[in-house]
Amino acid sequence: MTELTFREIEGRSISYWAWLGVLGVFALAGMGSFAYIEFAGHGVTGMTNQFVWCLGHVISIFMILSGVGAFVIAAAGTVFNRSVYKPLAPLAGLIAVALLMGGLAVTGFDLGRPDRLTLAMTNVNLTSTLSSNIMRYQGFIGLVLIYLWLLMDWRYARWMKPVAIIAFLWSLSVSTGVGLEFAFLVAREAYDAAVMAPLMVASSFMYGTAVVLLVVSVAFRVLGRPLGEKIINRLKRLLALFVAVGAYMVFVHYLTMLYGAEHRDMVAFLLVHGGAVTLTFWIGQVLCGLVLPLILFYAPAFSRSEPAILTGAALVLIGGLAHMYVVLIGGQAFPLDLFPGFAASSSFGDGAIGSFQPTLVEMLFAALSIPIAGILVSLGIKFFRFLPESLADEVVDPHHKTA
Amino acid sequence: MSDQARAAGEGVSRRRLLTGAATLATTMIAADLLLVAPAAARAPGEAASAKNRWGLLIDLAKVDAKVCDACVAACQKENGWTSHGNTHDPQWMRRIDLKDNASGRQVTLPMMCQHCANPPCVDVCPTTASFKRPDGIVLVDRHLCIGCRYCMMACPYKARSFVFHAVEGQMYHAPRGKGTVEACTLCVHRIDAGRDPVCVETANALKPGAMMFGDLNDKASAISRKVSQAAVTRVRRDLGLEPGVLYQGL
Repeated sequence: MTELTFREIEGRSISYWAWLGVLGVFALAGMGSFAYIEFAGHGVTGMTNQFVWCLGHVISIFMILSGVGAFVIAAAGTVFNRSVYKPLAPLAGLIAVALLMGGLAVTGFDLGRPDRLTLAMTNVNLTSTLSSNIMRYQGFIGLVLIYLWLLMDWRYARWMKPVAIIAFLWSLSVSTGVGLEFAFLVAREAYDAAVMAPLMVASSFMYGTAVVLLVVSVAFRVLGRPLGEKIINRLKRLLALFVAVGAYMVFVHYLTMLYGAEHRDMVAFLLVHGGAVTLTFWIGQVLCGLVLPLILFYAPAFSRSEPAILTGAALVLIGGLAHMYVVLIGGQAFPLDLFPGFAASSSFGDGAIGSFQPTLVEMLFAALSIPIAGILVSLGIKFFRFLPESLADEVVDPHHKTA
Repeated sequence: MSDQARAAGEGVSRRRLLTGAATLATTMIAADLLLVAPAAARAPGEAASAKNRWGLLIDLAKVDAKVCDACVAACQKENGWTSHGNTHDPQWMRRIDLKDNASGRQVTLPMMCQHCANPPCVDVCPTTASFKRPDGIVLVDRHLCIGCRYCMMACPYKARSFVFHAVEGQMYHAPRGKGTVEACTLCVHRIDAGRDPVCVETANALKPGAMMFGDLNDKASAISRKVSQAAVTRVRRDLGLEPGVLYQGL
């Protein structure tokens, strides 16, 4: 077995700076959009009194879930003694923090009064899931940073496992908390279900693993560091399992909603005649996010092909964005049923299906979380020893036998 | 007083007595119909008390589109908000037209914050900006609201609005601000001064008895007596939120 060593990237190449430049342009566009929205008011976005959580929430919740899920890979080696994932622990930890910070930045900037964000930390409401989630996010970032430090400082190695276990359990509470944010909305037919919590946990595993798989593969190819197929295949198998569990959760969610007659109109809207929402569900969430990845990961014709695996991982992420869109936009498009048994109408959209029309400035703003996370990861691997020098099969697997 | 004068006086007083009795009866019936139970003004500095539970009773037999629209207009004028039907405009109060899917019966009613005893907006607010006064009035502290809109997601009545643009012409008693969430205050400034909410005043001026305001905790109050006798309902009663706004004839 070759010894596992970690090394910073040089980060002086033109392509590295060009990559940072591209991310910087998107980040500037996002910050400019934020400033414009802040100055002009949220009226310049697609948000209305019907759609109160829009694209900013679609992407930021997706990023938060992805970050939490990425930590599974970071913790797998330490918590579950899966040594094959140990070389990925520092990078996956960095990705977890970066994705979470990207998502949280947009969540914070999307507030009507972002200048008052600190009030959410000084005026805590213990009955608010959002309030407790803010504490969960901060705790998660803190625990992951401690874990990253322990990974690099072997003087305190004995603390690594306890910290990893606490951080892993904490990560589950974060994704559960995101699910509960929706599940506790008792009057919203699309959300009021306990399954929202495990659905978000399963989704986070899916998205996080897909991000780690893509980053590892692209980074090692671009940097020219050795990357064996063993680690890619292990990540693929894990991701395929998470996708299968995620698909099951989505199925159960809709099945339970369909069973009660009171929800049938809402489910029919989402699945049959919801226009863009229905298309996003079937094409984006189900086909791209669940069916095609499972085919690519399990069908013998594709399952050993790295391009097919990477395509599957990318599709999982597209499906994840579609999932968040259906949950947030679809769930709000369907009107609240204040008077069951009555047809309602008003000048405030009662009884009417809402139409969400995002604006360009909103899209640029919502996308801000991606360059933020990208810049953090890119700078992280330049200044810290997060990346293994090699992920060749003999490095990853102590029992590997060369032919 | 001479016997003649007494006799004349007795004749007059009998007539006056009958007239007076009729006037008194009419006044009492009218008062009962108006169902106005003015709240006692609180002294400056005196805190709102849990002894009171302010509530509204809306009689849908007397409320029609005209009454609803007049209430909405009065609320706008009283609290300084305007709406042109734009999806970005606030609506502290709105008119909802209902049609029974089975029978075709049509009903019109005003909808606003229901001032729940167990308000979900208060439960979900991450900064305690949404709060319930001891007397049951649910409000938003504009200095604490960060504009996260979670309360709008949680409210089953779509009773809250977000302020999308800078506001002008604010009322001293109803502060508003871009980027924060707002809703019906039950005209808390009027209640604290011992007056009825403006919608109640407006509705009753058009249709006496259309809306009743009072203390649901006071079993002797007109609203409590009416609630104990008439078939009243709370919107989405199944959610267990115990709204302070009740509807009769839904």
